[in-house]
Parts: sequence; structure tokens; C-alpha cells
Amino acid sequence: MIDPIFLAEAAINGLLLGGVLALLALGLNLIFGVIDIVWIAYVDLVMLAMYAVYFLVMVYGWPIWLAGLAAIGVGALLGIGVHVLIISPILGSAPVNQLLATGGLLFFLQSFATFLWTTDHRSVRLALPVLEVAGIFVSFARLIAFVIAILAMIGLYLFLTRTYIGTAIRAVAQDREAMALMGADPRRVYLVTSAVGGAMAGLAAALLSIQYSVHPYFGAAFGPITFMICVLGGLGNMVGAFVASFIMSEIISIGGVTWSTEMGYVIAFALFIVMMFVRPGGILTKRE
Amino acid sequence: MTPGRLAALALLAALAAAPFVPMAGMRQYVLHVTIQIFIWSFIGGAWSLMGRFGLVSLGHGAFLGLGAYAATLLWNFYGLTPWVGGLVAVALTVGFALVVAYPCSRFRILGHYFALVTLAVGEVVRLLIIAERDWTGGSLGLTLRPARTDASLLAIQYADKRVFYYASLVVWLLGLWVWTLLDRSMARAAMEAIGEDETAAASVGIHVTRFKLGITALSAALTALGGVLYAQYFTYVNPDTLAGIGVSLRIVFAVVLGGMYSLLGPTVGTALTIALSEYLRVIFGVKFIGMAETIYGLLLVLFIIFLPSGIYGSARGLLRRRRTLEASATA
Amino acid sequence: MLELKNITAGYGHFTALWDVQLRVARGEAVAVVGPNGAGKTTLMRVISGLIPSRAGELVFEGESLAGRPAHDIVAHGIAHVPEGRRIFPALTVGDNLRMGAFLPAARQAFPESSARVYDLFPALAERQRQRAGSLSGGEQQMLAIGRALMSRPKLILLDEPSMGLAPVMVLRLFDLIRRIREEGYTILVVEQNVRQVLKLVDRAYLLEVGRIKMEGRAHELAEQDFVRKAYVGL
Repeated sequence: MIDPIFLAEAAINGLLLGGVLALLALGLNLIFGVIDIVWIAYVDLVMLAMYAVYFLVMVYGWPIWLAGLAAIGVGALLGIGVHVLIISPILGSAPVNQLLATGGLLFFLQSFATFLWTTDHRSVRLALPVLEVAGIFVSFARLIAFVIAILAMIGLYLFLTRTYIGTAIRAVAQDREAMALMGADPRRVYLVTSAVGGAMAGLAAALLSIQYSVHPYFGAAFGPITFMICVLGGLGNMVGAFVASFIMSEIISIGGVTWSTEMGYVIAFALFIVMMFVRPGGILTKRE
Repeated sequence: MTPGRLAALALLAALAAAPFVPMAGMRQYVLHVTIQIFIWSFIGGAWSLMGRFGLVSLGHGAFLGLGAYAATLLWNFYGLTPWVGGLVAVALTVGFALVVAYPCSRFRILGHYFALVTLAVGEVVRLLIIAERDWTGGSLGLTLRPARTDASLLAIQYADKRVFYYASLVVWLLGLWVWTLLDRSMARAAMEAIGEDETAAASVGIHVTRFKLGITALSAALTALGGVLYAQYFTYVNPDTLAGIGVSLRIVFAVVLGGMYSLLGPTVGTALTIALSEYLRVIFGVKFIGMAETIYGLLLVLFIIFLPSGIYGSARGLLRRRRTLEASATA
Repeated sequence: MLELKNITAGYGHFTALWDVQLRVARGEAVAVVGPNGAGKTTLMRVISGLIPSRAGELVFEGESLAGRPAHDIVAHGIAHVPEGRRIFPALTVGDNLRMGAFLPAARQAFPESSARVYDLFPALAERQRQRAGSLSGGEQQMLAIGRALMSRPKLILLDEPSMGLAPVMVLRLFDLIRRIREEGYTILVVEQNVRQVLKLVDRAYLLEVGRIKMEGRAHELAEQDFVRKAYVGL
């Protein structure tokens, strides 16, 4: 029998991890909802931005918060770059090719990072305390990351509901052609969406780099779980992705302490596969 | 006899004679690279059986890993000869593939969703192999228990690479034969119709689920067979090289690079990628780890954007177009 | 105001419009009628830039608009109310109207434009905060028209506005279109409901299998066997 304190700790860690995963899932989902393409290489952009944070802090001596802000900018630029260089030439291609093009990008980024920076694990060394509440240990870094992630998601929500361009982004996701008839240039909306999605990847990178070390295969480690969350929540469904993030992160975390880290993931993925069959449209949709 | 057929026969003769050509000490190396090309081409071909009909699986590593690990574990723990173990492994993999494919087909999981579900399946297998480290060796991998002699038919272990050369050549030819059979069958027309529009296909009386399950089972079986052969040749299996997203994408990319709609596309793509990485490895040694994959990844993206039907597919398309132009000019 | 000369257009290998000639003068209301599959919707989509024409001229207020993308054509003053309404179902009624005023110039005039739309369609004013997808078919059509008005267009293209509406609603809708007309908008409308639409417009064209077959003043055409032709498609 596992100590209930361990379980409580795992549940809290799962919740905190869920916040950052949700940020990633929302970014990917936003792009899919508007442009209709899954960026298989999305989490590899996070990896690049994490390297940016690492080098800015460890080599150039920037304070972490400034490096984090820079990572958001790096992410936005990467998002724009991916859209302009890879996505826009193949917007009209078969979905298979779109999927494979961003998959090829994943391959490229992973190997290029290996080439440039080797497979060493690098981490930003920060002296952040560990908090103890009623015998439960909680990492302060995780808590901060969670809070910032939640604030960022509130910001995203306000952006999408309160601003003109944000509302236009939601409108394009519902009916691309009708929005063109309103005078919105779809290419511009795509570009803004890619930049916002990229910026979210950049922010996630900043939040992840205070908890994990970065290596070229970071994308491969966090990518699959992000896709699973998006599909589980329903591709393009923001609320669904938010809820699914916490379900998955709790399973991984609690499964991890109960059995092993890998088993936690196995259970999460197995649940995902089963859920796909039970509710192909995502957890929040009703069955036909 | 057509020139194409003649060329094929000549190529085959050359391939059959290759192990006996004097290569000044390079023989082992050349054979090693060629065997890898045969095995991975065969696996790529198996993937393209599904891929060409729009069933883009990003989880073929699951089938590969299951096949390789099942045969290896059966031999290591129960001493079961890979002749039988391989069959068991293939059967097991087909069973697994059907369990996944049936609901996928039943609930019409297509396109992006299909790709992502299969990706999850590949990861599940990889993580399960790692999690069961007590017998699979976890992420450190597993070595095939050596046979008592240098050449054992029972264990399918040979120190002489030529044996594996011929074995993999035969398996590769088997893959091409299956591809051709399918290409000429009624099933191809049906699968193409399903790939285009499932509802329309069903409305003209095509049994969608049966065809999809059939093609998935075939593809999984061949992939698992490739996995068994890989394990026997390398005598070492590892979850990262045989299961999960990494290898799954590698299979897909080699095929896309060559062209997934043509017989030799997967082979051309695989040969190119392996040759490229070997070349860069020889040139740069271990100094530039990742360089080969970087170039390869870049090529992939460029190919998908500019030559979506792959090198071989595009070249053939060009040739065919020129021929029809000439034919219409002379007519 | 709008002139189409020898417009040919289609999808892929299929040609839906052949050599179409069509003219709309300022302040006029013109209908295009014809059987299903005659190419009426294609015609509207060519004018608003959703599909490119293969050949021919498209001139609006002396400026050639052929080959321009849809978002550019709106900026020139042509608003298209597409077939099937195409409102944004998950957005509120108010946000749908805001999107209608996406163009910078229209955005500045948002307060007065929206006041006018709410005045025309009081039902929309009551449902401002409701999701557009929850409206009835008739209300959705009004929203689609209102949204088009938000861009402050000179010419409005209406594609099958009465499609899928109850007969009572159809009458009300035609009344509203008449009111919009009286406000000085130029209208080009595609309709299945030939009898009704001929009471509304000044002139009409008959489109059959992608070609203009007949043209004339609405009241003259209403007396000929034009109506029968449009329905049966002989």
C-alpha cells in the first residue's frame, strides 16, 4: 500500500504539471482549430525556446524572468517562421503531406539540436525552495509555473473573446470562407494565430526550463502526451483540451508513484486510445 | 522481353552475385549496409501498403517492436527457435493490430485522428517495453542469447553476413511481390475508393471494415517479420530503435522521400537515407553527430513541399508524361 | 455599377459558367433565377472573389476586380450574404456583427452601423448576447444580412435568402429586403422563389446550365412563361 502522503503529493504535482501541459495543448489546439493542421513539431519549438532560456541565463547571465520574456518572443518568431516557410506553401496539399511536413520539421529540429548542442542534458540552475505543507513537499518552481500558466490561459481567453483580432481568430476557426467575406485576409489571421501559438510554446518553454533540463529529445518526450491531450479534448476544442490536460497529468503523476513513470504514461495513452473509441469527438462531446 | 524487365533481371543477377565480388576488405561493410537497406526497405514497403490508401500510421514502430521483442524473448527464455518464434511474433502482432484497427475502422477514425491514435499506440508499446525492464532489459535493450555454434540454422544466427544478405534479399523480394499482387488485385481499387471517400465506397457495396482490417493485418504482419529479421541479424533489440515515435517517423519518411505510391519508392528512399547517413558518418566520423539526420530532415521537408510524390515517384511521373507526349506527337 | 463581361468560371475540370454577361446599375435590384445547378451560386462566388474567373472582365465602379481575393473585394464595397447563411454559430450575435465590420473603415462606423442594423432587425437587438447558433433559421438569415450591412457596402449579393425558411418567414424576409432596398442599397439576388423575387426586383436574368438565356424587366418577365421556365428548367 502506498503512503497516502505520497499519493497526495503526486496529485498536487499532477495538478501543477497539468497547468503547463494545458498551455501547450491550448497552443497546439488554437493552431489546429484555425489552420486545420496539427503541428507535429510543436513541442520541438518548445525545446528550441528552452535552449534559448538556458543560454541566456547560463551564458549571458540574464535574469530568469527576462530570459522567459525573451523565450516568448523567440517562440512567436518560430511560430511565424514555421507558418511562412512550411505551412503556407502546403495549405492546399493533402492532409497526409501536411502532417508529414511538420513531422519532417520535428526530425530536422531534433537532429539539428543534437548537432549544435549534443545530447547533453542542460538545466538552468536556480535555487528555488521546496515548500512543505502538512508533510507534503511541493516544489516552488512548479507552483510558480502553474500560476503563470493559469494566468497566461486567462490572458488567452481574454484575447480570444475581448479583442477584435481574437474574435476574428475564433470566427475563422468556425468558417474560414465567411470570414474572408467579412474582409479579413485569412493569411494575416493565420500568421497572427501562428505567432500566438508560438508565443505560448515560448512561455511553456520558460516554465518548463525551471523544472526540467533540456535536451534535443525533449520534444519527443512531451510531444505525444500533448497530442493525446488535444485529441482527447477534441481537436480544436479549447475547453476540452484544458480539462483533458488535468486528467492526463493526474494519471501520469499518480500512476508514476504507484507503479513507474513509464506505466503512468502507458495508462494515460491506453486511456486515450479507449476514449477515442468511446468518444471520438473528444471527452466533452455527446455521442451521436 | 521489355527493356524494363531486362533491367530488372540484370539488377537481380548483380544483387545475387554481389557477395562474391572482391571488394578489398570492404565486403563486410558493404554487405552490412546493403542488408540494412533490404530490411528497412521491406519495412517501408509494408508501411506503404497502408499509407498509399490514406491510412497514415505513425505507429508502425509498435508492430516492429512487438515482432522483434516477441521472437527474441521466446528464444531467450524458452529456447523457442525463431522459425517458430517468428511466426508466433507475427501472429501476435497481427492480433494486436486487429484489436487496434477494428475500433479505428468501426468509429471512422481517419486522417489526423488516425495518425495521432497510431502514434499513441507506438508510444504505448515503447513505454511498455521500458516498463517491463525485468525481462526486456528496459531502455538498455536486450541481446539475443548466442547459439552454440557460429552457424546455427535452428537459432538463425550466422557469423557470415552473406547468409543474412541472401535472407534479406529474399525477404525484400517477397515484399515487392506482395506489393505487386496487391497493386493488381481488386482490393486495390476497393482500397482506393475507401481512401477517397468511405461513405461513397460503402454505398457501392464495398465492405469498408473488412478491407481496412485486411490491409492493416497484412501491413502489420510484414512489419513484424521485418522486426524479427532485424533482431536475428543485429542480435540486439532496443525500444528506442524498434518502437515509439522515432522509428515510426523514420519508416514513414524514408517512404515519403522515395515515393509511397510506387513499387520501388520505399526502396529508393530507404537506400538514399541509409547511404546519406553512412556517407556523412564516414566523412565526419562521430564529430558531427546529428548532421546526417539534419540534412535528411531538411530534405524531407523540402520534398514534401516541392515533390510530394517522392524522388522515384516524381521521376517516373516525369518519364511517363514525356512518353505519352512522344506517343501523341508520333500518332 | 457592376458589369460582368464574358465571365467563364468553374471548379477543376468542370466549367460552371460560360460567357456570362450581366449588368447592375446603381440603385437597382436585380435577380438571377434558374433551376438547380444552373451556376447561380458560382456566379455569386465569382463576383465576391471566392472563386477566380477563368476568363472575362469583372468591373465594379469603373475598376477591374477580376482575380482579386475575397477580402479585397469586400473592401471595394461588395458584401456577399452566402448560401446557407454561414453565420459564426459559436459567436454571439453582437460578435457576428462586429466581425461584419472587420474592415478598418467599417470598424470606425461600428456604433452607427450596428444601431441601424438593430433598428432594421429588432429581434437581433434582443438577442445580442446570445450565441448565433441558437437563433431560428429566419433570425439567422437576418443576422447574415445584418452582418453584411456592417461592412457599409454599396452592393449586396444575396444568395438564396429564403432557403429553408417557413412560408410566413419568407414573406417577412422579402419585406425586409424591400426596406433595405429603399434605403438605397443596390441588390443582386439569387432566388428559387421566382414569383416572390420578381415582385421585388427591377430586372432579372435567367441562368441555365451556366449560360444567360434571357434578360428583361421583372414585370414583363413575370407575364411570360419565364417563371415556368425558371422552375422547370427547360
